[in-house]
Amino acid sequence: MALRLLSLALMIAAWYVASRLAGPRALPDPQAVALMIVSEARSGWLGYNLGMTLARVAVAFALAMALGSALGLLMGRFRIADWLGDPWLVVLLNLPALVIIVLAYVWAGLTETAAIAAVALNKLPIATVTVREGARSLDRGLDDMAEVFRMGPWVRMRHVVLPQLAPYLAAAARSGLSLVWKIVLIVELLGRPDGVGFEIGVAFQLFDVTKILAYALAFVAVMLVVETVLVQPLERHVSRWRPRTA
Amino acid sequence: MLDRLALTLASGEVGALVGPSGCGKTTLLRIIAGLDRDYDGSVALPDHGKLGMVFQEPRLLPWRTLEQNVRLAAPQATDRSLEALFRTLGLEAHRHHYPSELSLGQARRAALARAFAVEPDLLLLDEPFVSLDDALAARLREELAELVNRRPVTTLLVTHNVEEAIGLADRLFLLSASPARVLAEVPVERPRATRTPAELAALRDAVVRRLSP
Repeated sequence: MALRLLSLALMIAAWYVASRLAGPRALPDPQAVALMIVSEARSGWLGYNLGMTLARVAVAFALAMALGSALGLLMGRFRIADWLGDPWLVVLLNLPALVIIVLAYVWAGLTETAAIAAVALNKLPIATVTVREGARSLDRGLDDMAEVFRMGPWVRMRHVVLPQLAPYLAAAARSGLSLVWKIVLIVELLGRPDGVGFEIGVAFQLFDVTKILAYALAFVAVMLVVETVLVQPLERHVSRWRPRTA
Repeated sequence: MLDRLALTLASGEVGALVGPSGCGKTTLLRIIAGLDRDYDGSVALPDHGKLGMVFQEPRLLPWRTLEQNVRLAAPQATDRSLEALFRTLGLEAHRHHYPSELSLGQARRAALARAFAVEPDLLLLDEPFVSLDDALAARLREELAELVNRRPVTTLLVTHNVEEAIGLADRLFLLSASPARVLAEVPVERPRATRTPAELAALRDAVVRRLSP
Protein backbone atom coordinates (compact mmCIF):
# COMPACT_ATOMS: atom_id res chain seq x y z
CA MET A 1 0.00 0.00 0.00
CA ALA A 2 2.80 2.39 0.97
CA LEU A 3 4.63 1.55 -2.24
CA ARG A 4 1.55 2.34 -4.29
CA LEU A 5 1.20 5.75 -2.66
CA LEU A 6 4.87 6.41 -3.23
CA SER A 7 4.51 5.51 -6.89
CA LEU A 8 1.48 7.76 -7.17
CA ALA A 9 3.38 10.63 -5.52
CA LEU A 10 6.25 10.11 -7.95
CA MET A 11 3.80 10.27 -10.85
CA ILE A 12 2.44 13.61 -9.67
CA ALA A 13 5.92 14.93 -9.05
CA ALA A 14 7.01 13.91 -12.54
CA TRP A 15 3.92 15.62 -13.95
CA TYR A 16 4.80 18.81 -12.10
CA VAL A 17 8.35 18.80 -13.45
CA ALA A 18 7.17 18.06 -16.97
CA SER A 19 4.69 20.92 -16.90
CA ARG A 20 7.38 23.30 -15.77
CA LEU A 21 9.52 22.19 -18.70
CA ALA A 22 6.81 22.16 -21.34
CA GLY A 23 5.06 25.35 -20.31
CA PRO A 24 1.51 25.85 -18.99
CA ARG A 25 -0.17 25.92 -22.40
CA ALA A 26 1.17 22.53 -23.50
CA LEU A 27 1.01 20.82 -20.13
CA PRO A 28 -0.73 22.52 -17.22
CA ASP A 29 0.49 21.54 -13.77
CA PRO A 30 -1.49 19.32 -11.37
CA GLN A 31 -2.84 22.31 -9.43
CA ALA A 32 -4.41 23.92 -12.48
CA VAL A 33 -6.07 20.67 -13.46
CA ALA A 34 -7.36 20.13 -9.94
CA LEU A 35 -8.84 23.63 -9.90
CA MET A 36 -10.53 22.98 -13.23
CA ILE A 37 -12.05 19.76 -11.89
CA VAL A 38 -13.42 21.62 -8.88
CA SER A 39 -14.91 24.42 -10.98
CA GLU A 40 -16.54 22.03 -13.43
CA ALA A 41 -17.93 20.05 -10.52
CA ARG A 42 -19.30 23.18 -8.92
CA SER A 43 -21.02 24.29 -12.11
CA GLY A 44 -22.64 20.89 -12.42
CA TRP A 45 -21.19 20.20 -15.84
CA LEU A 46 -18.76 17.56 -14.64
CA GLY A 47 -21.51 15.62 -12.94
CA TYR A 48 -23.82 15.90 -15.92
CA ASN A 49 -21.26 14.85 -18.50
CA LEU A 50 -19.91 12.03 -16.38
CA GLY A 51 -23.46 10.87 -15.82
CA MET A 52 -24.29 10.81 -19.52
CA THR A 53 -21.11 8.96 -20.38
CA LEU A 54 -21.58 6.42 -17.62
CA ALA A 55 -25.17 5.82 -18.66
CA ARG A 56 -24.05 5.12 -22.21
CA VAL A 57 -21.28 2.83 -20.94
CA ALA A 58 -23.74 0.91 -18.78
CA VAL A 59 -26.32 0.38 -21.50
CA ALA A 60 -23.86 -0.49 -24.26
CA PHE A 61 -21.91 -2.80 -21.96
CA ALA A 62 -25.02 -4.61 -20.79
CA LEU A 63 -26.31 -5.04 -24.36
CA ALA A 64 -22.98 -6.27 -25.71
CA MET A 65 -22.38 -8.67 -22.80
CA ALA A 66 -25.87 -10.12 -22.84
CA LEU A 67 -26.12 -10.63 -26.59
CA GLY A 68 -22.47 -11.47 -27.07
CA SER A 69 -22.42 -14.09 -24.30
CA ALA A 70 -25.66 -15.67 -25.47
CA LEU A 71 -24.26 -15.93 -28.99
CA GLY A 72 -20.96 -17.27 -27.70
CA LEU A 73 -22.72 -19.95 -25.67
CA LEU A 74 -24.82 -20.98 -28.68
CA MET A 75 -21.84 -21.09 -31.00
CA GLY A 76 -19.76 -23.03 -28.51
CA ARG A 77 -22.43 -25.64 -27.89
CA PHE A 78 -23.90 -26.12 -31.37
CA ARG A 79 -21.63 -26.63 -34.31
CA ILE A 80 -24.23 -25.39 -36.82
CA ALA A 81 -24.46 -22.08 -34.99
CA ASP A 82 -20.70 -21.86 -35.07
CA TRP A 83 -20.47 -22.50 -38.83
CA LEU A 84 -23.23 -20.01 -39.56
CA GLY A 85 -22.03 -17.30 -37.22
CA ASP A 86 -18.28 -17.48 -37.58
CA PRO A 87 -17.90 -15.51 -40.84
CA TRP A 88 -20.05 -12.68 -39.45
CA LEU A 89 -17.99 -12.75 -36.29
CA VAL A 90 -14.71 -12.48 -38.14
CA VAL A 91 -15.98 -9.53 -40.18
CA LEU A 92 -17.23 -7.69 -37.09
CA LEU A 93 -14.01 -8.34 -35.24
CA ASN A 94 -11.93 -6.85 -37.97
CA LEU A 95 -14.09 -3.90 -38.93
CA PRO A 96 -12.40 -0.84 -37.44
CA ALA A 97 -14.35 0.74 -34.59
CA LEU A 98 -14.41 4.03 -36.45
CA VAL A 99 -16.08 2.51 -39.50
CA ILE A 100 -18.86 0.98 -37.43
CA ILE A 101 -19.46 4.27 -35.62
CA VAL A 102 -19.48 6.39 -38.76
CA LEU A 103 -21.78 4.00 -40.63
CA ALA A 104 -24.16 3.88 -37.66
CA TYR A 105 -24.38 7.66 -37.63
CA VAL A 106 -24.81 7.86 -41.40
CA TRP A 107 -27.55 5.22 -41.54
CA ALA A 108 -29.41 5.98 -38.31
CA GLY A 109 -28.64 9.65 -37.88
CA LEU A 110 -26.78 11.33 -35.05
CA THR A 111 -29.04 9.68 -32.48
CA GLU A 112 -28.52 8.09 -29.08
CA THR A 113 -29.64 4.74 -30.50
CA ALA A 114 -27.02 4.84 -33.21
CA ALA A 115 -24.34 5.77 -30.69
CA ILE A 116 -25.14 2.96 -28.28
CA ALA A 117 -25.65 0.42 -31.04
CA ALA A 118 -22.26 1.30 -32.49
CA VAL A 119 -20.54 0.83 -29.16
CA ALA A 120 -22.35 -2.43 -28.48
CA LEU A 121 -21.50 -3.78 -31.93
CA ASN A 122 -17.88 -3.00 -31.34
CA LYS A 123 -17.72 -4.95 -28.13
CA LEU A 124 -20.08 -7.79 -28.93
CA PRO A 125 -17.70 -9.95 -31.00
CA ILE A 126 -15.09 -9.98 -28.24
CA ALA A 127 -17.60 -11.23 -25.71
CA THR A 128 -18.80 -13.84 -28.20
CA VAL A 129 -15.33 -15.17 -28.93
CA THR A 130 -14.40 -15.39 -25.25
CA VAL A 131 -17.62 -17.06 -24.13
CA ARG A 132 -17.50 -19.40 -27.12
CA GLU A 133 -14.16 -20.71 -25.86
CA GLY A 134 -15.74 -21.25 -22.47
CA ALA A 135 -18.69 -23.07 -24.00
CA ARG A 136 -16.36 -25.29 -25.98
CA SER A 137 -14.54 -26.35 -22.84
CA LEU A 138 -17.65 -27.21 -20.83
CA ASP A 139 -17.31 -30.48 -18.93
CA ARG A 140 -19.38 -33.09 -20.82
CA GLY A 141 -19.18 -35.38 -17.80
CA LEU A 142 -21.16 -32.86 -15.74
CA ASP A 143 -23.63 -32.51 -18.63
CA ASP A 144 -24.17 -36.28 -18.56
CA MET A 145 -24.61 -36.24 -14.80
CA ALA A 146 -27.21 -33.47 -15.07
CA GLU A 147 -29.05 -35.40 -17.74
CA VAL A 148 -29.12 -38.66 -15.82
CA PHE A 149 -30.53 -36.89 -12.78
CA ARG A 150 -33.11 -35.17 -14.99
CA MET A 151 -32.10 -31.64 -14.01
CA GLY A 152 -34.28 -29.04 -15.72
CA PRO A 153 -32.88 -26.45 -18.13
CA TRP A 154 -32.89 -23.59 -15.60
CA VAL A 155 -31.16 -25.72 -12.97
CA ARG A 156 -28.55 -26.73 -15.52
CA MET A 157 -27.95 -23.18 -16.67
CA ARG A 158 -27.62 -21.82 -13.16
CA HIS A 159 -25.70 -24.62 -11.45
CA VAL A 160 -23.81 -26.46 -14.17
CA VAL A 161 -23.18 -24.16 -17.13
CA LEU A 162 -22.88 -20.62 -15.76
CA PRO A 163 -20.36 -21.45 -13.00
CA GLN A 164 -18.14 -23.03 -15.64
CA LEU A 165 -18.50 -19.99 -17.84
CA ALA A 166 -17.84 -17.58 -14.97
CA PRO A 167 -14.10 -17.07 -15.63
CA TYR A 168 -14.78 -16.51 -19.32
CA LEU A 169 -17.60 -14.10 -18.58
CA ALA A 170 -15.33 -12.26 -16.16
CA ALA A 171 -12.60 -12.01 -18.79
CA ALA A 172 -15.08 -10.77 -21.38
CA ALA A 173 -16.43 -8.23 -18.90
CA ARG A 174 -13.00 -6.97 -17.94
CA SER A 175 -11.67 -6.48 -21.46
CA GLY A 176 -15.08 -5.32 -22.57
CA LEU A 177 -15.48 -2.60 -19.97
CA SER A 178 -12.20 -0.92 -20.80
CA LEU A 179 -12.99 -1.13 -24.51
CA VAL A 180 -16.54 0.18 -24.13
CA TRP A 181 -15.69 3.35 -22.29
CA LYS A 182 -12.97 4.24 -24.77
CA ILE A 183 -15.37 3.82 -27.68
CA VAL A 184 -18.12 5.71 -25.88
CA LEU A 185 -15.82 8.72 -25.75
CA ILE A 186 -15.32 8.46 -29.52
CA VAL A 187 -19.02 8.23 -30.35
CA GLU A 188 -19.63 11.20 -28.06
CA LEU A 189 -16.92 13.19 -29.78
CA LEU A 190 -18.26 12.37 -33.23
CA GLY A 191 -21.96 12.79 -32.81
CA ARG A 192 -23.40 13.54 -29.38
CA PRO A 193 -24.05 16.88 -27.69
CA ASP A 194 -22.90 15.88 -24.22
CA GLY A 195 -20.70 13.52 -22.30
CA VAL A 196 -17.00 13.39 -21.51
CA GLY A 197 -16.10 12.71 -25.14
CA PHE A 198 -18.04 15.76 -26.30
CA GLU A 199 -16.35 18.01 -23.74
CA ILE A 200 -12.93 16.71 -24.74
CA GLY A 201 -13.79 17.42 -28.37
CA VAL A 202 -14.74 21.03 -27.59
CA ALA A 203 -11.65 21.49 -25.43
CA PHE A 204 -9.57 20.10 -28.29
CA GLN A 205 -10.91 22.72 -30.67
CA LEU A 206 -10.13 25.44 -28.15
CA PHE A 207 -6.76 23.92 -27.29
CA ASP A 208 -7.78 23.85 -23.65
CA VAL A 209 -5.40 21.18 -22.36
CA THR A 210 -6.41 21.85 -18.78
CA LYS A 211 -10.00 20.90 -19.50
CA ILE A 212 -8.96 17.81 -21.45
CA LEU A 213 -6.87 16.56 -18.56
CA ALA A 214 -9.51 17.49 -16.01
CA TYR A 215 -12.20 15.43 -17.70
CA ALA A 216 -9.83 12.60 -18.51
CA LEU A 217 -8.67 12.25 -14.91
CA ALA A 218 -12.16 12.59 -13.47
CA PHE A 219 -13.33 9.87 -15.79
CA VAL A 220 -10.46 7.52 -14.98
CA ALA A 221 -11.17 8.03 -11.29
CA VAL A 222 -14.81 7.06 -11.78
CA MET A 223 -13.89 3.92 -13.74
CA LEU A 224 -11.42 2.94 -11.01
CA VAL A 225 -14.19 3.26 -8.43
CA VAL A 226 -16.48 1.10 -10.58
CA GLU A 227 -13.69 -1.45 -10.82
CA THR A 228 -13.11 -1.55 -7.09
CA VAL A 229 -16.70 -1.38 -5.91
CA LEU A 230 -18.37 -3.55 -8.54
CA VAL A 231 -16.03 -5.72 -10.58
CA GLN A 232 -13.57 -6.97 -7.97
CA PRO A 233 -16.09 -8.03 -5.31
CA LEU A 234 -18.07 -9.79 -8.04
CA GLU A 235 -14.98 -11.64 -9.16
CA ARG A 236 -14.21 -12.68 -5.57
CA HIS A 237 -17.75 -13.92 -5.00
CA VAL A 238 -17.72 -15.97 -8.17
CA SER A 239 -14.43 -17.63 -7.23
CA ARG A 240 -15.26 -18.43 -3.61
CA TRP A 241 -15.39 -22.21 -4.16
CA ARG A 242 -11.89 -22.42 -5.57
CA PRO A 243 -9.31 -24.08 -3.34
CA ARG A 244 -7.06 -21.43 -1.88
CA THR A 245 -3.50 -21.66 -3.12
CA ALA A 246 -1.05 -21.74 -0.25
CA MET B 1 -18.85 -52.76 -29.71
CA LEU B 2 -21.79 -54.70 -28.29
CA ASP B 3 -23.37 -57.50 -30.24
CA ARG B 4 -26.64 -59.32 -29.59
CA LEU B 5 -26.56 -58.52 -25.91
CA ALA B 6 -29.64 -59.19 -23.79
CA LEU B 7 -30.08 -59.12 -20.06
CA THR B 8 -32.99 -58.89 -17.65
CA LEU B 9 -33.05 -57.88 -14.03
CA ALA B 10 -35.89 -58.54 -11.65
CA SER B 11 -37.18 -55.62 -9.60
CA GLY B 12 -35.06 -55.07 -6.53
CA GLU B 13 -32.31 -57.35 -7.78
CA VAL B 14 -28.68 -56.38 -7.79
CA GLY B 15 -26.99 -57.34 -11.05
CA ALA B 16 -23.30 -57.15 -11.78
CA LEU B 17 -21.72 -56.76 -15.19
CA VAL B 18 -18.34 -58.44 -15.11
CA GLY B 19 -16.01 -58.49 -18.05
CA PRO B 20 -12.55 -57.58 -19.33
CA SER B 21 -11.54 -53.96 -19.77
CA GLY B 22 -12.74 -52.38 -22.97
CA CYS B 23 -15.51 -54.89 -23.62
CA GLY B 24 -18.13 -52.14 -23.52
CA LYS B 25 -19.49 -52.26 -19.97
CA THR B 26 -19.50 -48.48 -19.62
CA THR B 27 -21.07 -48.10 -23.08
CA LEU B 28 -23.83 -50.49 -22.08
CA LEU B 29 -24.46 -48.52 -18.91
CA ARG B 30 -24.59 -45.27 -20.85
CA ILE B 31 -27.12 -46.77 -23.24
CA ILE B 32 -29.29 -47.87 -20.34
CA ALA B 33 -28.99 -44.43 -18.76
CA GLY B 34 -30.10 -42.85 -22.01
CA LEU B 35 -26.82 -41.02 -22.59
CA ASP B 36 -25.96 -42.92 -25.76
CA ARG B 37 -28.65 -43.23 -28.42
CA ASP B 38 -26.60 -44.76 -31.19
CA TYR B 39 -27.76 -48.37 -30.99
CA ASP B 40 -30.24 -50.89 -32.34
CA GLY B 41 -32.46 -52.45 -29.77
CA SER B 42 -34.60 -51.51 -26.82
CA VAL B 43 -34.22 -50.65 -23.17
CA ALA B 44 -37.17 -51.23 -20.82
CA LEU B 45 -36.87 -49.28 -17.57
CA PRO B 46 -38.86 -50.05 -14.43
CA ASP B 47 -41.81 -47.93 -13.24
CA HIS B 48 -41.25 -44.17 -13.46
CA GLY B 49 -37.77 -44.63 -14.78
CA LYS B 50 -36.11 -42.56 -12.05
CA LEU B 51 -32.41 -43.08 -12.44
CA GLY B 52 -29.60 -42.87 -9.97
CA MET B 53 -26.12 -43.18 -11.35
CA VAL B 54 -22.64 -43.30 -9.88
CA PHE B 55 -19.97 -42.63 -12.48
CA GLN B 56 -16.35 -43.70 -12.42
CA GLU B 57 -15.34 -40.22 -11.32
CA PRO B 58 -17.46 -38.60 -8.61
CA ARG B 59 -18.70 -35.85 -10.99
CA LEU B 60 -19.71 -33.47 -8.22
CA LEU B 61 -20.24 -29.79 -9.02
CA PRO B 62 -17.06 -28.21 -7.61
CA TRP B 63 -18.77 -24.90 -6.90
CA ARG B 64 -21.52 -26.30 -4.70
CA THR B 65 -21.24 -27.92 -1.30
CA LEU B 66 -21.78 -31.64 -0.82
CA GLU B 67 -25.29 -31.12 0.48
CA GLN B 68 -26.17 -28.71 -2.33
CA ASN B 69 -24.90 -31.27 -4.84
CA VAL B 70 -27.20 -33.93 -3.42
CA ARG B 71 -30.20 -31.62 -3.18
CA LEU B 72 -29.79 -30.44 -6.76
CA ALA B 73 -30.16 -34.00 -8.00
CA ALA B 74 -32.91 -34.86 -5.53
CA PRO B 75 -34.96 -31.73 -4.85
CA GLN B 76 -37.83 -33.69 -3.35
CA ALA B 77 -35.69 -35.50 -0.77
CA THR B 78 -36.75 -34.79 2.80
CA ASP B 79 -34.36 -33.47 5.44
CA ARG B 80 -34.89 -36.68 7.43
CA SER B 81 -34.02 -39.01 4.56
CA LEU B 82 -30.90 -36.99 3.77
CA GLU B 83 -29.86 -37.08 7.44
CA ALA B 84 -30.17 -40.86 7.48
CA LEU B 85 -28.27 -41.14 4.21
CA PHE B 86 -25.42 -38.92 5.37
CA ARG B 87 -25.24 -40.80 8.66
CA THR B 88 -24.97 -44.19 6.96
CA LEU B 89 -22.21 -42.94 4.71
CA GLY B 90 -20.41 -40.98 7.43
CA LEU B 91 -20.81 -37.66 5.66
CA GLU B 92 -22.57 -35.51 8.30
CA ALA B 93 -19.39 -33.64 9.15
CA HIS B 94 -18.81 -32.80 5.50
CA ARG B 95 -22.23 -31.61 4.43
CA HIS B 96 -21.11 -28.03 3.89
CA HIS B 97 -17.72 -28.77 2.42
CA TYR B 98 -16.87 -28.13 -1.19
CA PRO B 99 -15.69 -31.09 -3.30
CA SER B 100 -12.14 -29.76 -3.33
CA GLU B 101 -12.10 -30.19 0.44
CA LEU B 102 -13.14 -33.85 0.26
CA SER B 103 -10.91 -36.88 -0.09
CA LEU B 104 -11.57 -39.24 -3.00
CA GLY B 105 -13.33 -41.69 -0.68
CA GLN B 106 -15.59 -38.95 0.66
CA ALA B 107 -16.31 -37.71 -2.85
CA ARG B 108 -17.25 -41.23 -3.95
CA ARG B 109 -19.54 -41.49 -0.94
CA ALA B 110 -21.09 -38.16 -1.86
CA ALA B 111 -21.82 -39.50 -5.34
CA LEU B 112 -23.41 -42.57 -3.73
CA ALA B 113 -25.49 -40.36 -1.46
CA ARG B 114 -26.65 -38.35 -4.44
CA ALA B 115 -27.71 -41.46 -6.36
CA PHE B 116 -29.61 -42.85 -3.37
CA ALA B 117 -31.21 -39.54 -2.39
CA VAL B 118 -33.12 -39.60 -5.65
CA GLU B 119 -34.85 -42.83 -4.48
CA PRO B 120 -34.26 -44.31 -7.91
CA ASP B 121 -36.13 -47.09 -9.64
CA LEU B 122 -32.86 -48.10 -11.26
CA LEU B 123 -29.43 -47.62 -9.79
CA LEU B 124 -26.44 -47.75 -12.11
CA LEU B 125 -22.90 -47.94 -10.78
CA ASP B 126 -19.89 -47.73 -13.08
CA GLU B 127 -16.85 -49.12 -11.28
CA PRO B 128 -17.65 -46.97 -8.25
CA PHE B 129 -14.82 -48.21 -6.05
CA VAL B 130 -11.96 -48.37 -8.51
CA SER B 131 -8.66 -46.74 -7.51
CA LEU B 132 -9.47 -46.79 -3.79
CA ASP B 133 -7.26 -48.69 -1.37
CA ASP B 134 -8.57 -52.13 -0.40
CA ALA B 135 -9.69 -51.24 3.11
CA LEU B 136 -11.62 -48.18 1.97
CA ALA B 137 -13.15 -50.02 -0.96
CA ALA B 138 -14.26 -52.83 1.34
CA ARG B 139 -15.85 -50.32 3.71
CA LEU B 140 -17.67 -48.58 0.88
CA ARG B 141 -18.95 -51.92 -0.42
CA GLU B 142 -20.39 -52.61 3.02
CA GLU B 143 -22.05 -49.20 3.07
CA LEU B 144 -23.50 -49.81 -0.38
CA ALA B 145 -24.78 -53.21 0.70
CA GLU B 146 -26.40 -51.63 3.76
CA LEU B 147 -28.13 -49.00 1.63
CA VAL B 148 -29.40 -51.60 -0.83
CA ASN B 149 -30.59 -53.89 1.94
CA ARG B 150 -32.39 -51.02 3.66
CA ARG B 151 -34.26 -50.01 0.53
CA PRO B 152 -34.15 -52.62 -2.22
CA VAL B 153 -33.66 -51.08 -5.63
CA THR B 154 -32.94 -52.64 -9.01
CA THR B 155 -29.23 -52.16 -9.35
CA LEU B 156 -26.72 -52.73 -12.09
CA LEU B 157 -23.11 -52.66 -11.02
CA VAL B 158 -20.28 -52.60 -13.53
CA THR B 159 -17.00 -53.92 -12.23
CA HIS B 160 -13.95 -55.82 -13.32
CA ASN B 161 -13.42 -56.99 -9.73
CA VAL B 162 -14.96 -60.45 -9.48
CA GLU B 163 -14.93 -60.50 -5.67
CA GLU B 164 -16.80 -57.23 -5.55
CA ALA B 165 -19.40 -58.60 -7.94
CA ILE B 166 -19.86 -61.81 -5.98
CA GLY B 167 -20.06 -60.04 -2.66
CA LEU B 168 -22.69 -57.52 -3.73
CA ALA B 169 -24.77 -58.99 -6.57
CA ASP B 170 -27.71 -61.35 -6.75
CA ARG B 171 -26.99 -62.16 -10.35
CA LEU B 172 -23.81 -61.89 -12.38
CA PHE B 173 -23.69 -61.25 -16.11
CA LEU B 174 -20.36 -62.32 -17.50
CA LEU B 175 -19.45 -60.43 -20.65
CA SER B 176 -17.09 -61.52 -23.36
CA ALA B 177 -14.45 -59.33 -24.88
CA SER B 178 -15.51 -56.80 -27.52
CA PRO B 179 -17.93 -57.18 -29.36
CA ALA B 180 -19.54 -58.08 -26.07
CA ARG B 181 -22.35 -60.50 -25.49
CA VAL B 182 -23.48 -62.27 -22.36
CA LEU B 183 -21.29 -65.34 -21.89
CA ALA B 184 -23.15 -66.60 -18.88
CA GLU B 185 -25.66 -65.59 -16.25
CA VAL B 186 -24.72 -66.68 -12.75
CA PRO B 187 -27.36 -66.32 -10.05
CA VAL B 188 -26.12 -66.08 -6.49
CA GLU B 189 -28.67 -67.82 -4.28
CA ARG B 190 -27.55 -66.83 -0.83
CA PRO B 191 -28.62 -63.42 0.43
CA ARG B 192 -25.77 -60.97 0.76
CA ALA B 193 -25.45 -61.03 4.51
CA THR B 194 -25.11 -64.80 4.75
CA ARG B 195 -22.44 -65.43 2.13
CA THR B 196 -19.49 -67.19 3.74
CA PRO B 197 -15.90 -66.63 2.60
CA ALA B 198 -15.68 -70.24 1.47
CA GLU B 199 -18.73 -69.96 -0.78
CA LEU B 200 -17.42 -66.67 -2.13
CA ALA B 201 -14.05 -68.20 -2.94
CA ALA B 202 -15.59 -71.17 -4.72
CA LEU B 203 -17.90 -68.95 -6.73
CA ARG B 204 -15.03 -66.66 -7.59
CA ASP B 205 -12.97 -69.51 -8.97
CA ALA B 206 -15.91 -70.71 -11.04
CA VAL B 207 -16.48 -67.26 -12.47
CA VAL B 208 -12.83 -66.62 -13.23
CA ARG B 209 -12.61 -69.94 -15.03
CA ARG B 210 -15.69 -69.07 -17.05
CA LEU B 211 -14.27 -65.67 -17.97
CA SER B 212 -10.84 -66.78 -19.11
CA PRO B 213 -10.61 -67.48 -22.84
